[in-house]
Amino acid sequence: MHLRFSLSKWQVCAWAAGLLLSLPLAFLIFESFQPSAEVFDHLWQTVLWDYTANTILLIIGVALVSSLIALPLGWLVAYCDFPGKKHFEWALMLPLAMPAYIIAYIYTDLFDFAGPVQVWLRSLFGWQSAGEYWFFDIRTLPGAIIMIALVLYPYLYLIFKTALKEQSHKLIHASQLMGHSAVFSFFKVSLPLARGSIVAGLALISMEAMADFATVHYFAVSTLTTAVYDTWLGYYSLTAAAKISAVMLLILFLTLGAERFSRRNQHVFERQSVHNHGALYTLKGVKAYFSTGFCLLVLGLGFIIPVVILFSYAVQYFEQSWQSDFFIYAWQSLTLASIVSFCCVLIGLFVVYAQRLSDSPFKTIPGRIGSAGYALPGTVLAIAVLLPLTRLDEWVNHFADSSQWFSAPGLFFSGTIFALIVAYVVRFYAIAQGTIEASFARISPSLDMASASMGRTKGQTLRLIHLPLMHRGILTAGLLVFIECMKELPAALLLRPFDFETLATHVYQYVSDEHLELAAFSALLIVLVGLLPLYFVNSSMERTQSHE
Amino acid sequence: MKLKAMALLASLFSVSSLAADVVNIYSFRQPFLIEPILEEFTAQTGIQTKVVFAKSGLIERIKREGKHTPADVVLSSDFNTLLQLQESDLMQPIESELVKANVPSTFRADDGLWVALTKRARNVYSSKTRIGAMPTLRYEDLADIQFKGKLCTRSGKHPYNLGLVASMIAHHGEAETKKWLEGVKANLARKPQGNDRAQVKAIKEGLCDLALGNSYYFGKMIMDPEQKPWADAVHINFPNQQDRGAHINVSGVVMSKFTKNKANALKLIEFMTDNKAQNMYASLNMEYPVKAGVPLSELVASWGEFKEDSLPLTEVSKYRPVALKLMDEVKFDL
Repeated sequence: MHLRFSLSKWQVCAWAAGLLLSLPLAFLIFESFQPSAEVFDHLWQTVLWDYTANTILLIIGVALVSSLIALPLGWLVAYCDFPGKKHFEWALMLPLAMPAYIIAYIYTDLFDFAGPVQVWLRSLFGWQSAGEYWFFDIRTLPGAIIMIALVLYPYLYLIFKTALKEQSHKLIHASQLMGHSAVFSFFKVSLPLARGSIVAGLALISMEAMADFATVHYFAVSTLTTAVYDTWLGYYSLTAAAKISAVMLLILFLTLGAERFSRRNQHVFERQSVHNHGALYTLKGVKAYFSTGFCLLVLGLGFIIPVVILFSYAVQYFEQSWQSDFFIYAWQSLTLASIVSFCCVLIGLFVVYAQRLSDSPFKTIPGRIGSAGYALPGTVLAIAVLLPLTRLDEWVNHFADSSQWFSAPGLFFSGTIFALIVAYVVRFYAIAQGTIEASFARISPSLDMASASMGRTKGQTLRLIHLPLMHRGILTAGLLVFIECMKELPAALLLRPFDFETLATHVYQYVSDEHLELAAFSALLIVLVGLLPLYFVNSSMERTQSHE
Repeated sequence: MKLKAMALLASLFSVSSLAADVVNIYSFRQPFLIEPILEEFTAQTGIQTKVVFAKSGLIERIKREGKHTPADVVLSSDFNTLLQLQESDLMQPIESELVKANVPSTFRADDGLWVALTKRARNVYSSKTRIGAMPTLRYEDLADIQFKGKLCTRSGKHPYNLGLVASMIAHHGEAETKKWLEGVKANLARKPQGNDRAQVKAIKEGLCDLALGNSYYFGKMIMDPEQKPWADAVHINFPNQQDRGAHINVSGVVMSKFTKNKANALKLIEFMTDNKAQNMYASLNMEYPVKAGVPLSELVASWGEFKEDSLPLTEVSKYRPVALKLMDEVKFDL
């Protein structure tokens, strides 16, 4: 028997990409092994367990609330006919463009004791003081869970809706023939079949929730993310901060591992072509009203109300807040987001294709380690990125000083937009990889074989066969990364060079001083710039389905 | 078109401005506090300023950047940050007779490594209708059981609160301060949250009767038509007037050891300690100028003179790490 350990050039590229993407994390983990007993022990004995509990509750809560919103919505839109369905189908994705900390701010204002809702209630019932009635406090862990879920549920909605549309109606018809109700069929047929997609969507949502900083900080909910921040910038212990980050990474890998384990027996490479015509259920009467109402409620809370309030701020505070610099910030945000989306998609294509070509049991490792950055909060990521980049800068400058061929470039890597690009790519690569992986999975391996049998190289197969078949998936991957980049905040705050401001950092300066009204224009711009890509994502998905 | 795009991209990657007529600033202070003063500086000297604003993380960034840092000066919003910068070994003494003449020696380091620019007092706001003015209030009283459920504050880990707790440790020791902190926590009307303005708003709304806050926010709120009703609902009290005086903190400035624009950086620091900027700090930001003889804003003056805690800030700041540890031990924010 002849054992071969040779790696193709595709695998070499994939491993190189995966290792490079995980380099900042490797530095962080290395840092976490440095001794820092005192600070970490102190945190361990005092607050670390509370932080961990809050983090886990936050993740579970966001996943649960997102499921309660996204699964019924996905099912309604995929299988039912009801008034307004055509519009809801795409509109329900809009909250994705809304940064969580902005709706957190808006709803705090709305539901505060002095906010319009409580003022109205008091005038209605004649209450005078806060002691006379109970009203929920939005600045709490449950409040944070709802805010984050309201803007993250579209990930699950999008993935679940697509999965349902790819399931053949015949299965539901069979269930109906056996006398089962729609609800029974939903739980016994649709949900189990879409389980992989649901778990994938929930994994994305959980990682986003774990990484959230601005919302939980604003709501004074202490999580591991805020603990890392405190430890680094309060106790001045990078090592203890790195240790906490390592705990977060552990939670992440356990979550992802559980997801992989639960899908270990699924071997669905290709799907039969599905010919679904029309809706399965046509809702009438109460059911129709209820469905439309539910869609409107979610859309209203996650998008319409915040946008209307932002718009009214923008008009009301026009004179104090209008600056011509908006266009510069918008241009800088757009450039950054475009470069990052392009990089993420390109790397994703190489890594996933190499994974497809390989039959090694380790083939998925480059993609996995490359995706780990997604769970890291931007603040931690900023440290993690600076660690190797400043090292690199030192080498380059040292080399320049000693060689005399060229003058020392200064902080070319860590002090320019380069550091931001690296941080964003490390953070958002996971989104691109997931989407591209799903896209590749739909293409039958027999096409690869046919192509190879006609003498095409692997590169030609990718270019001529795969790319045309999956260009919508690629577009979706790029656009989702783009939207996340527009919203990203903590890494940008710490890594941006002189004269570089993104819309998000501009908005946050005012939000952190509780003056969102003065930055309402920029906040609206973030949302508007995110909307266009969302429209493309949705229409590309629609076309993908109609082509199948 | 292609060239233009290339030029724009190149500008994104340019390392930093090393031009002779520039000062690069890392600022912990917020843009709207600093920008008017920087604009005035540019108008007077022709020297451009470039700023990175961030509320935290800048020291860590300077440490990583080391000798390649583009920062010429760092503006800090509290005293502890000034000390951290001083200890980073990345700063150089500010050698200027003008600065020495402008700033009293208690408000600059002996070795010149930091210079304070403004003072602010940590006040207690009280509800006009439910409590009234409290001229004899002491910080120690905030732990008194009579205020159970009546106190509001921002996060215990905010530098302003850590400074106050450090001063309590300096005066009373760690054990007594911990007991005091537990009492303060037990008196809270709600979990620590929001900023200093939000606490005053909470008094107006009736959620609490007392709140900790910095003095200049009071002036800022009075000047904002929307927030004036909040400020109108409270008295501003200077604590411990019968004994050691109110706790004060300072904002300040340091100069990077590796500045490539030293002359300009020095000009900026001199400008910030001199009459024009000190006046602006007083009138626009409602802060207490460090330069003697610079008048307070009319509004700030109307709050009356008060006694400041005379314990040196360096002495207070020693206890900041212990203050942070105590915050975690009593789970103040949880």
